[in-house]
Formats: sequence, C-alpha cells, structure tokens
Amino acid sequence: MPTALDTLTATFHEASAPDFLPAPQLRALQFDRLHAVVQRTYDNVLLYRARMSERGLTPQDLRSLDDLPALPFTTKADLRDTYPFGLFASPMREIVRLHASSGTTGKPIVVAYTRADVEIWTSVMVRSFAACGLHQGDIIQNAYGYGLFTGGLGAHYGAEGLGATVIPISGGNTDRQIQVMQDFGVTAICCTPSYFLHLVDRAAVMGIDIHSLPLRTGIFGAEPWTESMRRHIESASGIQAFDIYGLSEIIGPGVAIECPCHDGLHIFEDHFYPEIIDPDTGHSLPPGAEGELVLTTLSKHAMPMIRYRTRDITALIDKPCPCGRSLRRMRRIGRRSDDMLIIRGVNVFPSQIEAALLAVEGTLPHYQIILTRSHGLDDMEVHVEVTPGVFSDKVGALEGLQTRLTRSIEHILGIRADIRLVAPNTLQRSEGKAKRVIDRRSC
Amino acid sequence: MKLHQISVFVENKPGALIQPCRLLSSNRIDIRTLCLADTQQFGILRLIVSDWQRAERLLNAAGFVTNLTEVIAVEIPDHPGGLTDVLGALPDTHVNIEYMYAFAEGRDGKAVLIFRFDKPDEAMARLQSAGFNVLDSVEIYTP
Repeated sequence: MPTALDTLTATFHEASAPDFLPAPQLRALQFDRLHAVVQRTYDNVLLYRARMSERGLTPQDLRSLDDLPALPFTTKADLRDTYPFGLFASPMREIVRLHASSGTTGKPIVVAYTRADVEIWTSVMVRSFAACGLHQGDIIQNAYGYGLFTGGLGAHYGAEGLGATVIPISGGNTDRQIQVMQDFGVTAICCTPSYFLHLVDRAAVMGIDIHSLPLRTGIFGAEPWTESMRRHIESASGIQAFDIYGLSEIIGPGVAIECPCHDGLHIFEDHFYPEIIDPDTGHSLPPGAEGELVLTTLSKHAMPMIRYRTRDITALIDKPCPCGRSLRRMRRIGRRSDDMLIIRGVNVFPSQIEAALLAVEGTLPHYQIILTRSHGLDDMEVHVEVTPGVFSDKVGALEGLQTRLTRSIEHILGIRADIRLVAPNTLQRSEGKAKRVIDRRSC
Repeated sequence: MKLHQISVFVENKPGALIQPCRLLSSNRIDIRTLCLADTQQFGILRLIVSDWQRAERLLNAAGFVTNLTEVIAVEIPDHPGGLTDVLGALPDTHVNIEYMYAFAEGRDGKAVLIFRFDKPDEAMARLQSAGFNVLDSVEIYTP
C-alpha cells in the first residue's frame, strides 16, 4: 500500500525542481525575468513600445512585481491586428516553429517559438507529466491533433522530454485508438475529456473493458470540464484524470497542471506570471477573488506576451498545496468573460458563425447555435430563420442553401454544423435581443 | 396564361401546417389546390387560391415567409393516358418539369395538372400548339 509520501516522491522528476522553489526565491526569479522580458518587448515590438510610451512608461519604471498592473494589457485583437508577425520579438532566423489557430474573422492567430522557447515549452510539459505521476517507462498515447494546433506537438515534446514512450496517433479514428491502446499497453493518454469518454463508450461496444487495460492516467485539456465529468470518467474507466491548462498565445498546453491532490491547477509561474482582474474594469482583484486570468510570459523570446487577457474566469488559490509545490494554483476554468465557445476543442465565437451565414446569403441575420453532446463528442446545430430573400418553392434550392451554409461554417471554423432552416420569429429572443447560444452539454 | 402559386415555408413538426390553413379559411380564401413538398426538416406548402394577392398579404402580415411563382395549369380528360398525352407533347424540347401536381376538378370529367417548368413560356407554347387547354386564372380560381 503506497503512502502519500510515496505518491508524491514518485512524481518527482529532476526537471520539476522549480515546482518546489521557496516563495521568496520564486518571486525574485519572477521579477528578474519580468524585467528582462519587458525590456526585450520594449526594444523589439513596436506595439508594446508605443503603448508604454503613451503611458509615459519605460522598462525602468518596473521596480517590483507590484508595478506590473501599470503596464497595458495585450488582447487577442492585438494578435489579429498585427497578423502575422507583428508581435514577434525575435528575427525570423531565430524562430524555429510557427503555430496558428483560427481567428474570428477568418484570420488566424500566429505564434512563434525560438529554440529556447521550444525547450521551455518542453520543460513545462515534462513537469506537467511528472506532476501527474508519469515517468520513464510510461507509454503515452497522444491523441491531441498534430499540426498548427499546439496540443499535439506540445504534448509530444513533453512526453519525449520525460523519457516516456510517445505514440503520436493524433486525433480521430476511434477504433484504431482503442486497438493501439490495447495492443501497445498504453499507460497514459492525452486528449480532450469529451473525446476520452467517447473512447470509453466505443471500447465497450467493441467488447473491450478499459478497466482491464494498463491505462491508468489521463491528461485532459483543450476544453472546460467539471468535477462531475472527472468522477464520471474515473468511474467509467478506472483511470486517474488530470486537468491541464494552456493556450497557444502563451505557449500551448503546459501553462498549468493538476497535481495528485486534484484541487486546482499549479501555474508554472516561473515562466507564466498570473494576475486576476475584473473583466469589466480591468482592475486587479485581491488574492482569492474570482475574475479574469491575465498571464505574462516571463521567459519566452520569440513572442512574449505582456499581461495577456485570457478571457478565462478563475481564481488563484493562495494556500500551500499538500503536494509541496510552491507554485500557486488556479481553480479549474468554468467559464469565460467573452462569448467564446469551445466545441470539440476548437475555439468558436458566435460572430464567426454569423459571418459564415452572411457570407453565403447576406440575408440570414437570425440564427441560434444549439450545442449538445453525444458519445462524448460535441454536436453543433445551427438554426437559421428563413427569410423571403432565400425562400424558394423548390426543395432543391433550399437544400442547396443548407449545403452552402454547412460548407461555409466548415470552411471558416473547420468543424461541421448541422443547419436547420426554421420559420421566421421562432427563435427565442430575450428582451428583443437574440439568444444566440443554447448550450445543452450538461457535463 | 400562367397562374400565381403561393409557396409557404412550414417547419416539419406537429401543428405547423394548420396555421397558414386556418389563416386562409378564417379570411374565406378558398384553396383551389395544393401540394406539400416535404423534407426531414421542413416543408413547402404550395397553394393555388381564389384570391392570391389578398392571400399573400395576409400570410406575410402574419409572419409567414412566402414566395410567388408562376405555374401552368393544363386541363386534361380524367381518364387513363391523360397525363401521358401531355408529357408526350413535350418530348424533345429542353423543357424540364421542376415539379407538378394534379387535381380532379370534376368539371365535365376533366382533371387539371399544375406544372412548374424551368422554361414556362416555351412549355406553354408547345402545349397550346398541341391542342391542350392551358387554363387562365379566371377559370381555375373560380369554382
């Protein structure tokens, strides 16, 4: 019977040493790095220098971590406005990797990494896996998508950096995932929580009981999930489920991770400095208060982010964690301060759906997005009110319209939606304002 | 002569069809004939009514989405081969029938076919030259 101490020491990996830095040392390290990164962005990124100059600030005005709130925020709009390379602080010859994600107006967001940045990213993923109790000898099935999305390669480098065996299976092809999980003796899996539930259900149909496999750990992220979902996953599969947090703008997965205490996610704050603000006023909130998470990258070179507004709502936990990590924890993300939806791990703004509908006909202003979940996968239905401009007496014309709308959404978002034409004035409105999203994904 | 057909969008769900019908009946508009095209999700109710202008106004005012189309009504003898003869009059023309429906009018043992052609003028000329009675609006709107 392993003791609690055994569990904790088993999770130790030499790369995890910074997880346990005494707070004064951690703060000193953070300030040194913050000062350097602010100086670097001031010197190399036009937007940052202009915004600081507007406020009469230079990097020398930053005398302690408490001065950070004086600096301007960075937002997703800034990334779009400076697309593609406007926020890079390193010349292209030093950049070894670019990733991108979809944007609201069809313009993606581009993020860049120097070799040192990739090493930092790898190190925080190694520390994430180690915190989940993984080590050399583990066989990690990486079912995050490989490609422009940061999930796949981020987890891949981390798994290799840990010394584990990584299976770069990427997303999709559920039956093969289950086959590989069984045949290769997989001990850990990385994917979205909803996709894992789908794998469990599918395995049951194939006559495979996940409980009987060596699989014991799941590292789940890229979409918000809840404690009840964790209980469901753990009882349905017999594994231990860990929440991982990250976003491409900051680095990708590996910004924060749960430890075996499962009470909040430790932020790797030697690299990513967290603040909590009031999303409406932008003012800093006191420790423990719930608000919007703002992150500053302390060590990234190619594309540092100063006070990036994540739009994720959480709170910092200011108490020590029984695991011994001195890294502050954040509560798991439950909601966002904007209207962004996460559908099958893809970031979707209702305005993107609207743009997709208008791109086809220009006369379909009334729509509603209905989200449901079946077999662990999100389904999106878009109800569109028919207007005289698009209505026809011919069935083929209306079905053609449905097809064009489906294609347009798929083109802009990369995911499929079922289009349903409905009669005028049937979509729910509240106080005259259209209710755009009905989210029936209960878990 | 072409007829005005009003099409109404209806959702494919219980109770959807009665609403436009009730509106027309309470305003004493007679439905001369109709055809309901249905898909899994929605239906298109196509109507030939006694007073199409008033019917269209009423439907739009009540919030229905409508569409006005010109269709062609052809009178045929109501006996075996009647339809075949009409179709036979359009053999090698490049006229396509988008859809059609029929009703037995009961007048002198005649039936009426309603056609939606992709090229209505060409089709009508063919039918008339083949001796078919293409009904004008007055004949069909008035019972």
